[in-house]
Amino acid sequence: MTASVLTRPRAAARVPARKPRRRLGPGRTVPFGAAVGPALLLTLWTVGSATGWLDARTLSAPWTVVATAGDLVADGRLQENLAVSARRAGLGLAIGVLVGTVLALVAGLSRWGEAVLDGPIQIKRAIPALALIPLLVLWLGIGEQMKVTTITLGVFVPVYIHTHNGLRSIDSRYVELGESLRLRPAVFVRRIVLPGALPGFLLGMRFAVVAAWLSLVVVEQINSTSGIGYMMDLAREYGQTDVIVVGLVLYGLLGLASDGAVRMVQRRALTWRRTLAD
Amino acid sequence: MATHAGGLTATRTVDVHGLVRRFCDRTVLDGLDLEVGAGEFVALLGRSGSGKSTLLRALAGLDRDVAGAGVVEVPENSSVVFQDARLLPWQRVLANVVLGLRGPDAVERGRAALAEVGLAGRERAWPSELSGGEQQRVALARSLVSEPDLLLADEPFGALDALTRIRMHGLLRELCVRHRPAVLLVTHDVDEAVTLADRVVVLDAGRLAVEVTIDLPPPRSHRQPQFLAYRESLLRALGVDQTEG
Repeated sequence: MTASVLTRPRAAARVPARKPRRRLGPGRTVPFGAAVGPALLLTLWTVGSATGWLDARTLSAPWTVVATAGDLVADGRLQENLAVSARRAGLGLAIGVLVGTVLALVAGLSRWGEAVLDGPIQIKRAIPALALIPLLVLWLGIGEQMKVTTITLGVFVPVYIHTHNGLRSIDSRYVELGESLRLRPAVFVRRIVLPGALPGFLLGMRFAVVAAWLSLVVVEQINSTSGIGYMMDLAREYGQTDVIVVGLVLYGLLGLASDGAVRMVQRRALTWRRTLAD
Repeated sequence: MATHAGGLTATRTVDVHGLVRRFCDRTVLDGLDLEVGAGEFVALLGRSGSGKSTLLRALAGLDRDVAGAGVVEVPENSSVVFQDARLLPWQRVLANVVLGLRGPDAVERGRAALAEVGLAGRERAWPSELSGGEQQRVALARSLVSEPDLLLADEPFGALDALTRIRMHGLLRELCVRHRPAVLLVTHDVDEAVTLADRVVVLDAGRLAVEVTIDLPPPRSHRQPQFLAYRESLLRALGVDQTEG
């Protein structure tokens, strides 16, 4: 007892200060982390325009773009074109998500379904939307039908790929559980397949919403008379870089907002998951 | 798989005759016979790789693509407890318990089953929020909520720590007294088998080599000399030489 009291201070003094363990996860979240990159870009753009390093004919200054946007809103052109674009993108997205999900379910739940569907979809994935447009114009004309179809074709592929992948990576032990509980097929799909594929589906949705806006650019700059893309194409003919930039910023914001919306749904719907990012 | 009715088989819940199971050219079960009476608790011992799980999966009807022959008669209403709790991570605890349950009173029965395993109040928890022992208790509730005639358990406590395992033994015994299902418990733990079972069978070379009826009053413990005798004879049947340890 006395011996231990005598030796304790010396022993304690000899213990070296331990280095904190190296963190292997990505660490604490940065406040407003998502805004850091865009803010940096905006700063560069502002500084470039103010110092004359960026010629106004190459890229209009941020304040010109803001003023132009104000004018476009004032005379109603922006809202009008945005409404048309949003309707196209929304319609194409809705149909594409439905088609992609149904195809993924068919291919994921039946070997024959996969044999028939997976190959053609992988081929479609390798063909750029732009390359399909001549054919679609011949088939469907240059009206709304062609535009919505092009967007649908761009949307359903990522939804299919990720949902199918999510479905196929459901642990076979859960399938066995379903068999041991004698679940009816409908219950099996609703309680095990769909929730199990949900993380994949939502990842597919993130790609899909962005794909919808991207396909929009393609269809609206070809043979179009309305929409943001048309507005930008018209501005190109008159050399109005400010209007083009307004369109670009709009596309960016729309993509960002829709991606953010999907991510919010993701957080809500996948509360049961604990991942590296948490 | 057929449900038996009436006559001589009325008190027999499981009837396996001449069961053969083959993986490639390896015969795992070779003409195995097994009967389990209604409400009887049978523990199945065997070295690792002896085919314990193969037998259990055959009884559970989970071995569709395996080559073999033989007659397997088990009740339609049987349920399985796996070694992992196998809870759906995307469903809350109560939803996991009533998975596969039909009828308007499903939720009520689910709540009652959870209360029985001592988890009342955790209905809304996610499985990932529970400890390993709690998860396995939810799995027990799920398999008993349908009031099965036969409970098939594949090393259900194998992944738990020793203390939790002892508690689970007590719980399982309690639940079996109350619900009276026939039980086939696959385990590699001789103590677990002697503690819980009415009868212990040892699987060796594809057949049941040894069969021991455990005639010990509860609560069973190591302090009973007969317990040690049963233990020793079973260990010998498993080829473990006690003098080595």
